[in-house]
Amino acid sequence: MLNITNLKASVEGKEILKGINLEVKPGEVHAIMGPNGSGKSTLASVLAGREEYNVDGGEVSFNGDDLLELSPEDRAREGVFLAFQYPIEIPGVSTTNFLKTAVNQVREYRGLEALDAVSFLSIMKEKMKLVEIDQSLLSRPLNEGFSGGEKKRNEIFQMAMLAPTLAILDETDSGLDIDALRIVANGVNKLKSEKNATIVVTHYQRLLDYIVPDFVHVLYNGKIVKSGTKELAMELEEKGYDWIKEEANSVV
Amino acid sequence: MLYISTLFEISLNSRMSKDEQILEDFTSKEYEHGWTVDLEVDEAPKGLNESVIRLISSKKNEPDWLLEWRLKAYRLWLTMEEPDWANINYHKVNYQDIIYYSAPKKKKELKSLDEVDPELRDTFKRLGISLEEQKRLTGVAVDAVIDSVSVATTFKEKLGELGIIFCSFSEAVQEHPDLIQKHLGTVVPVNDNYFSALNSAVFTDGSFCYIPKGVRCPMELSTYFRINAANTGQFERTLIVADEDSYVSYLEGCTAPQRDENQLHAAVVEIKAATKAEVKYSTVQNWYPGDKNGLGGIYNFVTKRGICAGDHSKISWTQVETGSAVTWKYPSCILKGDYSVGEFYSVAVTNNYQQADTGTKMIHIGKNTKSRIVSKGVSAGKSQNSYRGQVKVMKRAENARNFSQCDSLLMGNDCGAHTFPYIDIENSSAQVEHEATTSKIGEDQIFYCNQRGIDTEKAIALIVNGYCKEVLNQLPMEFAVEAQKLLALTLEGSVG
Ligand SMILES: Nc1ncnc2c1ncn2[C@@H]1O[C@H](COP(=O)(O)OP(=O)(O)OP(=O)(O)O)[C@@H](O)[C@H]1O
Ligand SMILES: [Mg+2]
Repeated sequence: MLNITNLKASVEGKEILKGINLEVKPGEVHAIMGPNGSGKSTLASVLAGREEYNVDGGEVSFNGDDLLELSPEDRAREGVFLAFQYPIEIPGVSTTNFLKTAVNQVREYRGLEALDAVSFLSIMKEKMKLVEIDQSLLSRPLNEGFSGGEKKRNEIFQMAMLAPTLAILDETDSGLDIDALRIVANGVNKLKSEKNATIVVTHYQRLLDYIVPDFVHVLYNGKIVKSGTKELAMELEEKGYDWIKEEANSVV
Repeated sequence: MLYISTLFEISLNSRMSKDEQILEDFTSKEYEHGWTVDLEVDEAPKGLNESVIRLISSKKNEPDWLLEWRLKAYRLWLTMEEPDWANINYHKVNYQDIIYYSAPKKKKELKSLDEVDPELRDTFKRLGISLEEQKRLTGVAVDAVIDSVSVATTFKEKLGELGIIFCSFSEAVQEHPDLIQKHLGTVVPVNDNYFSALNSAVFTDGSFCYIPKGVRCPMELSTYFRINAANTGQFERTLIVADEDSYVSYLEGCTAPQRDENQLHAAVVEIKAATKAEVKYSTVQNWYPGDKNGLGGIYNFVTKRGICAGDHSKISWTQVETGSAVTWKYPSCILKGDYSVGEFYSVAVTNNYQQADTGTKMIHIGKNTKSRIVSKGVSAGKSQNSYRGQVKVMKRAENARNFSQCDSLLMGNDCGAHTFPYIDIENSSAQVEHEATTSKIGEDQIFYCNQRGIDTEKAIALIVNGYCKEVLNQLPMEFAVEAQKLLALTLEGSVG
């Protein structure tokens, strides 16, 4: 589904991704961990097509398409979803209105008819249950004055509405209380299928108890320096990143 | 004309009253209205002098007092200077190069919409204007005349039963001269400003509306109902009188692009609200703004003022200004009655080389008077957008309260937003609050929308509509949806 080969990217002349290789197949869950500033969000942004980030080399294919050739909106319409580490506020625009626009633009791209308000509303009701989100939150201006946890939950609600084939969750667990973490993780699990894949960026093993990854990768200094299974996450939790850093630095 | 594209609209729609629904049905139909003026084709010679004014007055068969009133206004105008204090630049108008009277011209009749400029049709389509409405606006012949006449007649009958007068200004001069004489020029005196003096001398038509005591006008009154609205010309005159304990909501303008060979438009609108009366006046203005390089385009110099004459009365102005090359406009409220309320909600969007200098004046005279100002400016391209507002609290106005919110949104680096608040307080019990913000549409906001599959053009529309929401919410249903689309269209191509 997603094939990243030797991806290099920089921002404002500063090299951040220094050759990323990653293959994600349908049905898989990949966790990406790594110290602060190692480039996890940058990788997510580059995949989503944020313009500030320059791709300096490498390839990304997504379901056979050259992902890097597509505009950010077309990537989204092809099924790439990014749950933002820091969701953006849009004053005066309710989540409902925002999502209605989004869903219908995606549908138009796929040659589907726009949803009328009634069908949209009923889909919304259904997905609201999935992440146990309140209607009142969805009527408020998007992310404006939302608590940290509400923003994250709202991201997953948007994901449920857009039903992506590849979801990238950038630290969706940070800011969630214990109950919310479980609810959001359950929501993500329910959205999983044979056909779609998830990349979770996280600092905490705890999330991976709920969303069990098939693979865990450690990103350090712009490269994936170690890959393993969920046991690797436990090891990291226990030992921190120093041993990984040492290993990585001794290789060079 | 109306269609539902978001849930927000749905919830509004469910609140829409029966009468609004009826109105909606009316406005989406074509009809022949009953107020045509004398159609004899003739014109006054170019230029302005007393004999031109006499000609206008006699063509309109006006009473002597009105001719005298016009002449007085003209003589005053001659002694006045064109204002130059607004934050705008424009080529001075040659007042001797204007034809001040010409009998209403019939628009060239087209056989079908296929003959209409495709670009214009595209705009109509995107604003969601119905085919029938498109025909009306472009002067395409319509067959369903009989049906339409009955619609208009039903409408007039319904108003008539309630004692509401709603007619063209010319008709009002003939049918209700006493009302006109009593109220004309009492809110905007002839000598108020250069353009109001000019308008008083030469106005040719407009609208008159009277709501009797205790009557709530059951439908939105709209100049939509006048087929020749586009021909009322450069110097329009509107007078709305709401008697005690009455209510009316009045709409002016339309979202469809308006072109006119006349460059200067100087209208006067006067509103009077008696004790406990409430008047809501909404405008959507989309005059031709000139081309991308700032050529052509209409100068819109309007004087709009309302007086809350009685206690507990309320006047609320809502405007969406997207058109004109130059706009100079300050709908104002004189809060004379105790506990009276004045409101001003405004969205002014400028793009390319447009210039807008708009705002309001709230004059607190009565005790416990309240005013609220919400101004949202959006500037793009090389345009200049100024808010100019005055809050004046007079000595007698115990406990006056004002809240002003003036926000500016900038798109790109070549446009300007300016705020000129004037606060003038003579009573120490007044509470006046002023908040102002300036922001830019953030790249991160656009990226966030993009990431959800929304293209940049739509993202801007969404963000701008969100920013203007508080004002758009004040608009009557049938305008709100169109106005949202209009904002998006006006800003098209302004980013990226
Ligand atoms: N727009 C930018 N301008 C300048 N530097 C940037 C920009 N975006 C990212 N960086 C830098 O790139 C590096 C990687 O940042 P990134 O946000 O990808 O880290 P991360 O792995 O997601 O960290 P965290 O765990 O703290 O979220 C950091 O040093 C950061 O300061
Ligand atoms: Mg990050």
